[in-house]
Amino acid sequence: MSMDYREVWTVIHGMIFGLIFLLGFSGAIYALHSLRQDWQTQQGLERNSRNIKIYLWVLAVCVWAAVLTGTYIVYPWYRATPPQGTYDLSAYPRYFLISSAATEGWHEFGMEWKEHVAFLAPIAATVTAYAASYFGPRLAWRTQERRAIMIFFIFAFATAAAAGLFGALITKAAPIQ
Amino acid sequence: MENKMDKPNGPVAAALLAGGIGCAVLGVVTFANQVMPTSAFSQWLVWYKPVGALAGKSSVAIIIFLLAWAVLGLLWRRQEMRFGRIAVISFVLLAVGLIGTFPPFWLLFISPIPLP
Repeated sequence: MSMDYREVWTVIHGMIFGLIFLLGFSGAIYALHSLRQDWQTQQGLERNSRNIKIYLWVLAVCVWAAVLTGTYIVYPWYRATPPQGTYDLSAYPRYFLISSAATEGWHEFGMEWKEHVAFLAPIAATVTAYAASYFGPRLAWRTQERRAIMIFFIFAFATAAAAGLFGALITKAAPIQ
Repeated sequence: MENKMDKPNGPVAAALLAGGIGCAVLGVVTFANQVMPTSAFSQWLVWYKPVGALAGKSSVAIIIFLLAWAVLGLLWRRQEMRFGRIAVISFVLLAVGLIGTFPPFWLLFISPIPLP
């Protein structure tokens, strides 16, 4: 039972930063949803809004870390070009996937979508964290604003989930080695 | 409890719209790169060779997002905005980002996806 350097970074990217964001989503969206002046006491609103602010910023930092480690550390290994005459493409995931009609869809749809859509998540998550920080407990009275940032956060989750799902499936089809 | 309306919504409206703009820019730049992979613009997007054009596409979107946030945030910092309208525009811009990064949409304009 061991992991090499590349596998460790793949785990940090997807199973630590990415997973923290995805697992943290449900708690954060419920916390935002329940930040209502008719549901909580004044003390509860102040305490919860402070906790939500910290929680959302931690999730935003995690999704930024997932995207940046994925793009600048893991992705170059994925798209590395094999030397001419290489027959075993298993160390070159992109070329391995496109070498067969049975697997090329994992690159041409899966990876192409994942690598781009992933960047939408940290932008939307940052906006959500900022809005919750800015309004604090006042968000309980700002129904329109709270709903809008919840939609942004759901969008962040959906795009991160799509990227994470394809990341896992592509890693299964052609692991980074 | 502080007054529920003692902070204007302008800064949050600015962040929301800037987020939408950043996402839409990613969608448009990605689409342009995919349908014109050999253009000078696509070559310019290769800011970091091991990552290819993804570095430029994502960095342009992030820079535009931050710039838009700074400019709009400055303009609207003391204003109470019509939030519903700005939210709807932001959601449309998110959709532009989503569509522009969706490979089957590119295939309506190119076939097949060429490798750089």
